[in-house]
Amino acid sequence: MALDSKIPEGSISDKWTNYKDHINLVNPANKRNLDVIIVGTGLAGGSAAATLAELGYNVKAFCFQDSPRRAHSIAAQGGINAAKNYQGDGDSTFRLFYDTVKGGDYRAREANVHRLAEVSTNIIDQCVAQGVPFAREYGGLLDNRSFGGTLVSRTFYAKGQTGQQLLLGAYSAMNRQIGRGKIKMHNRHEMLDLVIVDGKARGIIARDLITGKIERHSAHAVVIASGGYGNVFFLSTNAMGSNVTAAWKIHKRGAFFANPCYTQIHPTCIPVSGDHQAKLTLMSESLRNDGRIWVPAKVEDAKAIREGKLKPTQIAEADRDYFLERRYPAFGNLVPRDIASRAAKERCDAGHGVNKTGEAVYLDFAAAIQRYGVDQARLKHLDENDSATVIKLGTEVVANKYGNLFQMYEKIVDEDPYTTPMMIYPAVHYTMGGTWVDYNLQTTIPGCFSIGESNFSDHGANRLGASALMQGLADGYFVLPYTIGDYLAPDIKMGTISTDLPEFEEAEKNVIAQINQLMNNGGSKPADYFHKKLGKIMWDKVGMARNEKGLIEAQAEIAQIREEFYKEVKIPGTADSFNPELAKALRVADFLELGELFAKDALHRNESCGGHFREEYQTPEGEAQRDDENFAYVAAWEYKGNPSDAVLHKEELKFENVKLVQRSYK
Amino acid sequence: MSSCQPTFDFKTFNRNNMKLNLKIWRQENAKAKGKMVDYTVDHIEPDMSFLEMLDILNDQLIVKGQDTVAFDHDCREGICGMCSLYINGEAHGPDRLVTTCQLHMRKFKDGDTIYIEPFRAKAFPVIKDLVVDRSAFDRIQQSGGFVSVNTSGNTIDANSIPIPKADADRAFDAATCIGCGACVATCKNSSAMLFVSAKVSQFALLPQGKVEATDRVMNMVSQMDAEGFGNCTNTGACEVECPKGISLDFIAQMNREYLAASLKG
Repeated sequence: MALDSKIPEGSISDKWTNYKDHINLVNPANKRNLDVIIVGTGLAGGSAAATLAELGYNVKAFCFQDSPRRAHSIAAQGGINAAKNYQGDGDSTFRLFYDTVKGGDYRAREANVHRLAEVSTNIIDQCVAQGVPFAREYGGLLDNRSFGGTLVSRTFYAKGQTGQQLLLGAYSAMNRQIGRGKIKMHNRHEMLDLVIVDGKARGIIARDLITGKIERHSAHAVVIASGGYGNVFFLSTNAMGSNVTAAWKIHKRGAFFANPCYTQIHPTCIPVSGDHQAKLTLMSESLRNDGRIWVPAKVEDAKAIREGKLKPTQIAEADRDYFLERRYPAFGNLVPRDIASRAAKERCDAGHGVNKTGEAVYLDFAAAIQRYGVDQARLKHLDENDSATVIKLGTEVVANKYGNLFQMYEKIVDEDPYTTPMMIYPAVHYTMGGTWVDYNLQTTIPGCFSIGESNFSDHGANRLGASALMQGLADGYFVLPYTIGDYLAPDIKMGTISTDLPEFEEAEKNVIAQINQLMNNGGSKPADYFHKKLGKIMWDKVGMARNEKGLIEAQAEIAQIREEFYKEVKIPGTADSFNPELAKALRVADFLELGELFAKDALHRNESCGGHFREEYQTPEGEAQRDDENFAYVAAWEYKGNPSDAVLHKEELKFENVKLVQRSYK
Repeated sequence: MSSCQPTFDFKTFNRNNMKLNLKIWRQENAKAKGKMVDYTVDHIEPDMSFLEMLDILNDQLIVKGQDTVAFDHDCREGICGMCSLYINGEAHGPDRLVTTCQLHMRKFKDGDTIYIEPFRAKAFPVIKDLVVDRSAFDRIQQSGGFVSVNTSGNTIDANSIPIPKADADRAFDAATCIGCGACVATCKNSSAMLFVSAKVSQFALLPQGKVEATDRVMNMVSQMDAEGFGNCTNTGACEVECPKGISLDFIAQMNREYLAASLKG
């Protein structure tokens, strides 16, 4: 099967407009005869559900949480990008497009990224109209800040809770439609299979997580908005329930899975404290606006700190290595995430790490507190040479900007980040890879769409900060509502699809068989046992730095764990009741397949790009070495039974508007 | 490469480890009668979160062949509002301005007895053990917790209506409610006034929300009453236990909004 990305003709800035001018539309009276299933209610799924319902479609939305408001988009902290150029600092649609393609290390599809940049400004207008309380300046206009990988301030924010505020906006738009009966909401439900009738996606099999009942739901199209698969690493900044199951089930039914090895390791997370840990907590990238990252320049100082004999505040300025500022003077602490993460790992591997495990670097606000304090002292006509006054005033400014993040840090680590530098270390955060989709956001299964983090389309091999929220809302509010209409137009006279069709029965039987197998295997180990084993392999061999030997080993080891899992996992309780252990085991089963494909993809890509760093392919300075001649393509994998048998399909990436160059942030 | 990823081994020795006695509410389903059941859990470290302690208990129960304790949780960073728990008589436990997932075991001592119960309220029926149904909150939001604008993208420029920073900041403070239900569980009347007032106030403070202010407050209060939440008697307990520090002032603001709406009829 040849991949057709269906990119419209025309110049890059005309494609989306031309596309919209020529698609099929469904008239309002006919929309009410069409059903759409949406799995996931985060920024992408929630915004899509609201908009499709407003347009008149009958939406059936599903989430595994107890309310759509709890989807993990809620945890996004720093902000959302938009090419508004309110600051007059040279921003434009083209520049946002360019930054995103470059930030993605030239592995994204140009046409999709340009469309994203085009609709970005609408998102801010829309959210303000919904009552999202973005941060404002004293004049009453919207405030902006900077994020990594850019030279302009285009990030809109609501303190460190931007994701929460945007999600509550989408949730409120959904609530309006739920109240009107246009969205039928299914909380605490997990999608466990896709139903295909005559080659088209026509429904899903879902499990009611409260009663355990297996249900059939039909629709004219199915939209997957189930987020990313970072939890394949067990430890990540994802929520405990975040999973790949919906995306993996459609993969097994024929949707190609693209670039699974492109995973973002976020540089500013709270370091691991012990082997009990269930998840990692992110400290927003926005902190890199004001925090300076450093390690002790002398290995013996780092050792003394690890042993508790020295405090970071005792290290003289000259003995500190601000390694990002040293290596990348142009972007400094605001280099993209993949680069900042690898630089921190490099310093820790060289013996400069600072917490007990040796895997942490400092993020220091002392200079920012001093700078803001002096500003404030001048504004208030106080003595700018009085250090107590300056620190007090500067601390207030920092608290006002990042207060909730500092509080979160203090609760977890039990140290005061205003007086002692934060410790941070990279952790798995976001997955750029995902279901392959064409320009319409449609997968290789007709009628099955994939939006937000669950698709692969916009971020290439590395996502820039504050772009995930942008993509989720762009897909849901402004892109899918057009493209799905074009697909549904021929179905207006079809009528409701029966769930008694044999295809529904077959899919339901599959689901029940897998559940019975897991419940009745006579095993003795919790699902977490296997998940942690998988996570350790992923982190050690498929993590921040990968090599051929490790990747070959990882594939074999994951296949082995998968086999053990089906023999030895123990699920207490029954299948026909509220059973969180069963829900967990079903998700782990899919991670155990995805993990192997992930390693296979990483092994086949003989280059380094963005979040994918192969030790064999680096420049003499240790930067990622791309191979554009052989690898400027999207790797889309077709399911053939075992992950090891997956078949590779290539979508060649054409760069007509951005010149391919070695990425430089120096 | 060294790694601090865990392997499954809950017996890891740590000199700071604690042994705790737990008294946990067990209830098979909404209709069954529940009771407190005693458990002991050991090898608990001060740096663990309260929910990581329960993870360890559950893994120990699975190995013993017993049913696990059901509890709600998801983001584990204090923002999704999924986790709950009434710990030693307090919603989200003894610490302030945190959810249960952010509560750390350093707040407890070796040998402590800890009582763990669900959030109790007529409008929050138990689903299983410590898991309750908070969908009444969703229904209140569906009755009016929104601005009636379509999401088509054809609206006015975001900067065309300046909003005073103080109003925007205050609307944000109200909007940080995570919908966990601690206010209801804490209130002796099981009142949802803090929750409802936060949403009413967020919109009342913004020009975009003022257009529908009258209908919104009437509809949301009416739905709140229909769900079986109690009345507010101004004890202020909700504000104390709220993990996000939502202020009682918002209840006063909602009362003003409600009065104004009632007068309009």
